[in-house]
Order: sequence, then C-alpha cells, then structure tokens
Amino acid sequence: MALARIDLPHEARRGELVEVRIVIQHPMETGFRRAPQGERVPRNAIHSLACRYDGAEVLRAKLSTGIAANPFLRLFLRATHSGALDLRWLDDDEVQGAAQTRLVVSP
Amino acid sequence: MKQYLVLAALIACTAQAQNRSGLEFASEEIRRLQASDAENPGMLWVDQGAKLFAQKCASCHVSMKGVATRYPALENGRIVTLEAKISHKEAFAYESDELLALTAYIANQSRGMPIKVSPPAEKLDAGKKAYYQRRGQMNLACAHCHEQNWGKRLGAETLSQGQPNGYPAYRLEWQKMGSLERRIRACMFGLHAELPAYGSDAMLELELFLAARASGLPIETPAVRR
Repeated sequence: MALARIDLPHEARRGELVEVRIVIQHPMETGFRRAPQGERVPRNAIHSLACRYDGAEVLRAKLSTGIAANPFLRLFLRATHSGALDLRWLDDDEVQGAAQTRLVVSP
Repeated sequence: MKQYLVLAALIACTAQAQNRSGLEFASEEIRRLQASDAENPGMLWVDQGAKLFAQKCASCHVSMKGVATRYPALENGRIVTLEAKISHKEAFAYESDELLALTAYIANQSRGMPIKVSPPAEKLDAGKKAYYQRRGQMNLACAHCHEQNWGKRLGAETLSQGQPNGYPAYRLEWQKMGSLERRIRACMFGLHAELPAYGSDAMLELELFLAARASGLPIETPAVRR
C-alpha cells in the first residue's frame, strides 16, 4: 500500500514561507540484505520524486539506497495562492506512488 | 541536617522504584521524532490502521479510546492481547502490516492514558517467574538488565526498564513498526535463548506481567525506539 503523510500549516498568509514535511511509507531495500532462508532481497528503492504546487514543480529529488526506510523530506515554499500540492514518486519496481493535499492561502 | 539527609535518601529510593518509560532513556533526536506526528514514521501505520478500521471494524465499533489501557486482558481465564483481540473476526498474521496498523491505530487512541492492567496475583505468577528466570547462553534474566541495572550503559545503549507502554513501536533497527512480542523475541535473541513463539503461553504470561508492572505509565503508541 503506497502511503504518505504530507504535513502543512492549516492556513498560510499570502507571501508566507511554508514548511512542508513529507513521510513516505517505503522499505527502501538496498539489495544487499538477505531473507532468513538466505535468498537475496531484491533492491527496491524510490529513485525519483517530484512535488508540484498548483502544477508548478517545487521539488525534484533523486533518492537512492543510502536513504533509510520510510524517507522523510522537508521543503519550504512561498505561499502565493491556494492550490493543490501533488506528490509523486517512482521506485525500482516501477510502482508509482502519489499523495495529494491542498495549501490554503488567506489573502 | 541529618533529617534532610534521611529525607533525600527516601526521595531517592522512591525515584528508584518509579516506573519510567523507555522514552526517558532515548536520545534527544529520538524523543523529538516521537513527539512530532508530522515526522514520526509510526504515524504511517496509524493512518493505515484508520483506513482498515473504517473498512473492517467500523460497522460494529465506534471509538476505541481507552481500550488499549486494559490489554492484555483475561477472558475466561485466558490471556488475550490487543493483537489477539483484533484478530477475533478475521485472523491477521503476526507482524503483518495490517495487524500492526490496526493495533497502532487502536492503541494510539489511548495515547497519554495510563495502563490499567491488574489481574489477580495468581495469574501473574507464571510471568513473574519467567521474568526472574535466568535463560540462554548469557544466563541472564529480564530483571538483571531491566530492574537491577536500568539507566546504565550496555555498549552504546542505555538500558531501559523494558516497559511495554510504547508498543507497537517504530524501531529504527527494524526500519518499521513492530509488536511487543517481536521486541521480547529480540531481547531473547540477544541472550542466545530460545525464542518464545508468537502468541505462545510463555509469551502471553510475560506480556501480562509486563503490563501489570507498567500500570500507571501512559501509552505512547506509536513510540520511536532505537
């Protein structure tokens, strides 16, 4: 189950710098671990991730196996208008994950 | 002056006997991680549990506030853990994400509430005996670390009192959520002792004793531990 939590302030003032905190549920398998019976656990890590704010890209990240499971990301963006925050990522199994939330900006 | 010294010694004694959550022995970074719901990775399982609860449980149950404080409970003389109770309709595998998520979601609703497990004393005997029983190649009992030496260092770690109030917890070593039974097995592995099976009598008796011993400590699920 692809799952993520995106934390935003309930409401931001126009022009304010907003902190966005993201936690994604993902094992970030390195490919070096072995299962109890000795068979290799295949590598499966999120390799690319992007976050869009009302259509405009505000973050693009390349992740790799050096990052712990359930990665945590933090970004700051300038609140200009109310809009959707759209997070998408892709892992080595070519499974696409997505999470959405809305940034509400008071005039 | 002498009276003050006696008083100070008395206070030190009561502090010694007090229950202390594993959180107090954790590093500053881990405490910060647990304190913030936006950063605590255990909240992913709580979220997943909320979805599952709505799908599978909500037709009968509404609020689960306070329920986790009473588990493990006794039902017809048998010890029933929160995990076992959750599986009463649909059996979930131990340590499956579904069971961990539901347990975390239900226990999270009792966050901050004190554990209230006080079975009749004779029901605690078996667990208490196991707690003080030396075991494994290390020939140590639970009490040697978690009662006689908590607060001291064992390698890079500070020994905690081994309280169960944060479980299921997110352990950095596991890089995921895990149950109290998994944590107990990890301890037994360290002792090079036989691992009690999930849901076995030996495990249940120990869990009941641990919960009774932890009575009064607030539930912290989802806790973060090293």
